Amino acid sequence: MTLLRTRDLVVHYGDFQALFGIGMEIADGETIAIIGSNGAGKSTFLRSLAGLLAPSSGRIEFAGVDITGMPANRVVASGLALVPEGRKLFPSLSVEENLLIGGYAKRKGPWSLERIYRIFPDLKEKRRNPGTALSGGQQQMVAIGRALMSNPRLLLCDELSLGLAPIVVKDIYARLPEILAEGTSVVVVEQDIGQAMKVADRFYCLQEGHVSLAGKPGEVGRDQVSAAYFGV
Amino acid sequence: MVDWINTVLQGLLLGGLYALFATGLSLSFGIMRLVNIAHGDMIVLAAYLAYAVVTHFGINPFVALLLIVPAMAAWGYVLQRVVLSRSLTGSILTPLMVTLGLSIITQNVLVSVFSADSRAIPAGGVETAAVPLGGGVTLGLYPLIVMATAIGVIVGLQLLLGRTELGRAFRATSDDQETAQLMGIDNRLLYGLAMAIAMGIVGLAGVYLGIRANFDPSAGPSHLIYAFEAVVIGGLGSLWGTLAGGMILGVSQSIGFRLDPGWGILASHLAFLAVLVLKPNGLFPRTRDR
Repeated sequence: MTLLRTRDLVVHYGDFQALFGIGMEIADGETIAIIGSNGAGKSTFLRSLAGLLAPSSGRIEFAGVDITGMPANRVVASGLALVPEGRKLFPSLSVEENLLIGGYAKRKGPWSLERIYRIFPDLKEKRRNPGTALSGGQQQMVAIGRALMSNPRLLLCDELSLGLAPIVVKDIYARLPEILAEGTSVVVVEQDIGQAMKVADRFYCLQEGHVSLAGKPGEVGRDQVSAAYFGV
Repeated sequence: MVDWINTVLQGLLLGGLYALFATGLSLSFGIMRLVNIAHGDMIVLAAYLAYAVVTHFGINPFVALLLIVPAMAAWGYVLQRVVLSRSLTGSILTPLMVTLGLSIITQNVLVSVFSADSRAIPAGGVETAAVPLGGGVTLGLYPLIVMATAIGVIVGLQLLLGRTELGRAFRATSDDQETAQLMGIDNRLLYGLAMAIAMGIVGLAGVYLGIRANFDPSAGPSHLIYAFEAVVIGGLGSLWGTLAGGMILGVSQSIGFRLDPGWGILASHLAFLAVLVLKPNGLFPRTRDR
């Protein structure tokens, strides 16, 4: 069943047009990769889904409801959570408080502090530390855990690998199956194609605000992907 | 010697009033990055409201607090949702201009309603009662009550901010408003609540000011300066620092007055400048650079 559908989504930053009519569909339980180079519009797309940016035109339907233009605080309550680019932990809050505030919307579901600590055991011993005192990888775990605490049906992850060592990225991606096991749909946005394509059921490639290619990772050749990615 | 001890003690207790002036300012700046130029005028407004209630119904001003504090809190919520929220556009100048306008409006409304005469709130003798500590050292009962209230307010706020879900949401919003929205926090509602709490404390401060001293419609800005100074001396974001800042202002003021009646106010401003030169971030800074 379709969980998220966008139609002709157009987003501007002031006079600058960032997205030119994006159409995308994500089914329940699916893992989608959105790839594209710097400035292709990946983050803009995720931010408009999460309600941080109001689209100029087009439509976003989530779980059968039109959420176009809905403010971010209500979008998360309806079950769509964003792990923002750069993690964006709250420096005044401890690790545990960062996780707790993720559950602010009081949406019912399978996730709890205990569950998060079971997936990311490193966090339990650091739970009294300020979130920003952790290593980059651990901070990313807090950011993911914080988003999970809202019990999302759809989890959007913006550049999980940003600024992290490859081994740490691998470690974080290794926890994905446990999240998917709850039936959560996941969107991973990456500049690094390799990691994202490995976990994805389907992918979309963005280039300068357009979908330049879409398909299943196994069915598309490398050349096609590079052409769609770089526009050459 | 005993006189000097009394002077310092009076100054310390006076710090309680300044801390009450400053806490609301500190809160609205800390959570919303809103510098409220009308803060002093809101204190005077609360004092006039209390004056009107106390003289009209003939009740004790401490009983009037039960009316004034909720009324000011409600006013703060409405003010934030209807006016101030529109001024929080990312530029620090817009809220400055808007609250400056609010300050001018408040002063003029107070003049037309209450005239320019100075007033004081009659409190039935509490304001002059003394508590002798022996050896010639005495403390005023009223300043003690004010100080106890200030400490109570700060402890209460610390508990609210540190231990409750609402407090967590306040701190998260203060750190990063956009990411806080991603958590499901309605920042406009939260800002309204923050202003309600700040103005509730302003209500307390206004009534306490009105019992202690005369006030008139133009008195607001001079109280605003003390509030600013207490916040800056203590360090932005630190509530106990604000109390310490208030006490430093109070002690320097009463020592100044003791040396020469013309020096009191100057002395406290000089103490503020000295802290600004020696520790520009204040004594106990808590805010993080962003």
